[in-house]
Amino acid sequence: MALSKEELLHIAKLSDLKIADDEIDDYLKKVDDILEYTEIINNAPIEGLGETIGANDNYNVFRKDEPVQFDNIPGIMENCEETERNMYKIPKVIE
Amino acid sequence: MEDITKLTVHELVEKLDAKELTSEEIVSAYAKRIEDKEKDVGAFVTVTTDKALEKAKEVDKEGREAGSLAGIPIGIKDNLNTLGDKTTCSSKMLENYVSPYNATVVEKLNDEKIMSLGKLNMDEFAMGSSTENSAIKITHNPWDLNRVPGGSSGGSAAAVAADMVPWALGSDTGGSIREPSSFCGVVGLKPTYGLVSRYGLVAFASSLDQIGPITKDVRDNAMLLNVIAGHDDKDSTSYDVEKKDYTEALKTDVKGLKIGVPKQFFGEGINEEVKAKIKEAIEVYKEMGAEVEECDLDVAKYSLATYYIIACAEASSNLGRFDGIRYGYRAKNFKNLKELYVNSRTEAFGPEVKRRIILGTYVLSSGYYDAYYKKAQKVRTYVKEQFDKCFAKYDVLITPVAPDTAFKIGEKVDDPMSMYLADICTVSINIASIPGMSLPCGVDSKGMPIGMQILADRFNEEKIYNAAYAYEQKTKFRDSHAAEFKN
Repeated sequence: MALSKEELLHIAKLSDLKIADDEIDDYLKKVDDILEYTEIINNAPIEGLGETIGANDNYNVFRKDEPVQFDNIPGIMENCEETERNMYKIPKVIE
Repeated sequence: MEDITKLTVHELVEKLDAKELTSEEIVSAYAKRIEDKEKDVGAFVTVTTDKALEKAKEVDKEGREAGSLAGIPIGIKDNLNTLGDKTTCSSKMLENYVSPYNATVVEKLNDEKIMSLGKLNMDEFAMGSSTENSAIKITHNPWDLNRVPGGSSGGSAAAVAADMVPWALGSDTGGSIREPSSFCGVVGLKPTYGLVSRYGLVAFASSLDQIGPITKDVRDNAMLLNVIAGHDDKDSTSYDVEKKDYTEALKTDVKGLKIGVPKQFFGEGINEEVKAKIKEAIEVYKEMGAEVEECDLDVAKYSLATYYIIACAEASSNLGRFDGIRYGYRAKNFKNLKELYVNSRTEAFGPEVKRRIILGTYVLSSGYYDAYYKKAQKVRTYVKEQFDKCFAKYDVLITPVAPDTAFKIGEKVDDPMSMYLADICTVSINIASIPGMSLPCGVDSKGMPIGMQILADRFNEEKIYNAAYAYEQKTKFRDSHAAEFKN
């Protein structure tokens, strides 16, 4: 199932990535190579089998819904390129 | 005086206990070694030997009451958060990110007063099998500097092999501890999924990722697993299992140990020299009284395809958090919020990371989800069942770790599919969530190390340690082989 240029650009858009015109052929070839290899799973004897979602036996882990104050807020804020009054600064969302 | 950096951790501990060495002397020796060898090997992204030295002096003042492993240094893969140090994941995206907290495994090291010598190079976001995908630097294999150290924990394995750290932590999503350990002739274990907390490990594929020890020998490996294993409330996938002392499994007796040798792992595509060395190792087990039998386990080819579907799908979701807002790289030019996201991601992720995000988004997208992702989850069930059948009969399984020994730098960099095939023998272990070790069992005609892979059922690491220790004590790989820094 070959990936078309339009599909590739659509997927890139969904992924918040930009693919330059001169990169398209390289992406198509390499992604196609891998997708072609993955076709092998169509031969796997999986009829009647359920899906394994997690790695181990599925179970839910619950913990008490208690708020905990993180002890290094300055350490978090220092990682943001632009902050003001302990808040992240971003471009206007609504024009 | 003998070279401190050549000693294993258990030998260092003996000398600390006997007051023949101080922690300061140990850390100083490593600082010197890193200074000497880093230009050849390129294992480190960040060196923190100054901080380590300060901690070493404190430990020396406290004396041996500080703890049995107090004063021993370590190297840490650069995708594990270490408070106050950079954690770059070898990506331009996190080049300036300073961890505001410690990963649980790092807390556990701190509790033991084990100090970090620095952060070790890796493939960007752990995606790769050669460490060539690092945006920071190329790491060279200490056995032959023209060759790759394997990946993605290439910096960790190379640093241990080059005696630049006494031991290291790596992470393994599809072979990222075992393949570099095989390429660099060191001992690397991927524990059972859930045995070690992933809190503070930068996520690649959350249902497959696991942190594990990379060491000079099997005893050190068991000692480091003792430190990092255990349930953690901060990781809901970590299992609440009984705490074990893995060093108790270090016995040379393997009489009656049932070993399965899956014949499909020795088929086409596996180098003849690799096969021959592992078969020799199997003969050693027979001589030692183990019961060895060939068996069927036809999962490798399905697993690799399944792995690339599941791992990329999870990666595309996990890496969605890098948007240039709260931390990580932020593009300089953008007109609106959407452009800030797109430009930051496009400028800061490397080609392999972008490719995997695109693949993952594709297999999860409407119209393809059933054909790829859903089917891959069913294959996952199949792979687990096949392993379960084997472990109903055998204590451990033995296979190659990688189809070949370390390849030349640049050789596979432009052919992702051939690079992915380097993981053919390792990914099924992550898919089935079982533990697996790479143990050195010889070198090929080029003098490059070969690793055999020892596998056991979930939470049966002690069986791996028993088998590995018995073989190691019988054959003594380290006595006759060492990295030579060939140019």
